[in-house]
Amino acid sequence: MKKLASALAGGVAMAALGIASAAAQDSVKIGYMATFSGPPGVLGEHNRDGFLLGIEHLGGKLGDLEVEVLEADDQLKPDVGKQIIDRYLQSDRVDFVVGIIFSNVMMAVYEDVVKSETFLISTNAGPSPIAGESCSEFFFSTSWQNDQLHGSAALQAVNDGVGSVFLVAPNYQAGRDAVTGFKREFEGNGTIAGEILTQINQPDYSAEIAQIAASGAEAVFIFLPGGMGVNFIKQYASSGIDLPLYSGSTVDGTTLPAIGEEMMGGYSSPNFWAPDMDTPVNQRFMADFEKTYGYIPSVYAAQGYDAAALIDSAIRAVEGDLSDKDGIRDALRRAEFDSIRGDFQFGNNHFPVQDWYAGEVISDDQGRATIALGALVAEDYQDAYHQDCPMQW
Amino acid sequence: MSTTLLLIQTLNGLQFGVMLFLMAAGLTLVFGIMNLVNLAHGSLYMMGAYFAAAATSWTGNPLLGIALAIPAALILGLLVELITLRTLYQRDHLDQVLCTFGLILFFNELARVLWGSAAIPMAIPESFTGFVTIIPGLIYPKWRLAIIVVGLLVALLLYVLITHTRLGMLIRAGASNRAMVGALGVNISLLFTLVFGLGAALAGLAGAMVAPLLSVEPGMGDPILILTFVVIVIGGIGSIRGAFIASLLVGLIDTVGRAFLPALLREAFQTQSANTVGAALASMLIYILMAAVLFFRPRGLFPPKGR
Repeated sequence: MKKLASALAGGVAMAALGIASAAAQDSVKIGYMATFSGPPGVLGEHNRDGFLLGIEHLGGKLGDLEVEVLEADDQLKPDVGKQIIDRYLQSDRVDFVVGIIFSNVMMAVYEDVVKSETFLISTNAGPSPIAGESCSEFFFSTSWQNDQLHGSAALQAVNDGVGSVFLVAPNYQAGRDAVTGFKREFEGNGTIAGEILTQINQPDYSAEIAQIAASGAEAVFIFLPGGMGVNFIKQYASSGIDLPLYSGSTVDGTTLPAIGEEMMGGYSSPNFWAPDMDTPVNQRFMADFEKTYGYIPSVYAAQGYDAAALIDSAIRAVEGDLSDKDGIRDALRRAEFDSIRGDFQFGNNHFPVQDWYAGEVISDDQGRATIALGALVAEDYQDAYHQDCPMQW
Repeated sequence: MSTTLLLIQTLNGLQFGVMLFLMAAGLTLVFGIMNLVNLAHGSLYMMGAYFAAAATSWTGNPLLGIALAIPAALILGLLVELITLRTLYQRDHLDQVLCTFGLILFFNELARVLWGSAAIPMAIPESFTGFVTIIPGLIYPKWRLAIIVVGLLVALLLYVLITHTRLGMLIRAGASNRAMVGALGVNISLLFTLVFGLGAALAGLAGAMVAPLLSVEPGMGDPILILTFVVIVIGGIGSIRGAFIASLLVGLIDTVGRAFLPALLREAFQTQSANTVGAALASMLIYILMAAVLFFRPRGLFPPKGR
């Protein structure tokens, strides 16, 4: 009797396995991870909402497969991110890992994901090692390489004929990278009037603003993401200094609700996208996003949205055969999908080669602050690290 | 390094110090008199900022918004004291730390649920936008001057309250010897509630005053809380006078250090790393000050008498 029971149990288990492997063919499992907690949590929320809207616009499916999206909060802690990714790879066995807002979390999980031969679609973080020598066949970005944010701001200042700039950034890796990235494009065209590295999450910038006023600079560049930028800009606006403000990753859709008044008529941080971008995909995105989520989407939402369409195009190319990794990779590289930004193509390191635009802060028909697409700053702008990436295709 | 720049930075330091004082006054009283480690003091500051921003968008008038935020923070403080902290006075500091740390998490999450995780707007009151020319060549934002004036007024009021009223006498007595005050028939639990409410209102005032200058977002109270603890440790726990002087000291040293230390290092070493090192050193200055004070005066600069 006991034997029979165990044989039966084994049969049931086999049958269950059989069903599971058959089911894998008609569904795709996505492990989405982003930062949702703390002040930067707003980036994760926008990004996730954009990604989910992208799936919804594809009929709730990716490449005609049913989609299961797992969602987790890395809390901006690399160790937490690593645990989540371990779970995604080992027990959930996801087909794609999507998301990741911060570069330090990305660096902590990157090797694990690509070594397991799972595709990793970054919808935000783009640290330089991944763009350069550590690039991988399994990594793709629908956002940008970090330096493009600051490089494009420098090119914007150069285009405006700015002769000298004062730089402010927080004293940590991304902040120092921002200063380096800005200088790389700006030096030779003008002088750096001064540079200050501040504390991370510094609330008060009065001392820095006073130094800017005394420096005689013609313009200011800040890299102060999130609340730091809001602090700086509110204080800058009331300081009586009237120098043009250039920024990287600071004045965007996530901070505008708080600083729209102060920045009205000024520059937003340059980017590849703005809410009024004139592409058919973007018009649909804009029309539905606010209806669904109740706020004006930021570029972080746009990056998430494109990730869904990119994955859809790849699964479609291999006709739902998720075991065909080479086929998926080739299809991802071709990037044959209708991007929210119009043209979309990958460089050899799988980071987008794309046009960057200045942006202007305006008020929309309801009087809310939003961003209008400005002048083209850099056409087919590619990051500085792609030569270090040995991958060619 | 011109004189005007030095003057502006001194004013900046003064403004920062005065703001710290509004926070530290409440915290030092609660710690000194009630022997309660209140980590949630930064949350009351954050809620003050949120109340001001919410009341402003409701009434359309930032001054009214700030005025409404103070009683709102007071009521919130009283509720927090009555509901959660009351049971903790007899307990270990560790229990208090656990509970008030929980309150931080609670309030940060509450702010996110009520107002979202993005920063919300708060404008400078219209009559205080722009700047004033103090002496030719020295312009200073009106709102920062207003913060300095309000902070100094509050300091004056607290001085009168503490040294010239019956309540102040009880507060001073409580800071020196809690048990004796209770034994003399003073309703100590009412006194505690009042002191906590006062601290909450001051934290709320600080939050509301800086809301037009800062990002009003969940977690905005956390960085300021650490500085406030540094201030009360330097000043001597339980002493308003100590909190006042330590606040100004910390505000000035932090601001002036940030402003001039990297420049000085650059002149001395003339290397690229002077910037990074200077910035790191400037952010350490107040902690070095705290360590030095603790070494020479372990109970702070102005500890309450009779302890």
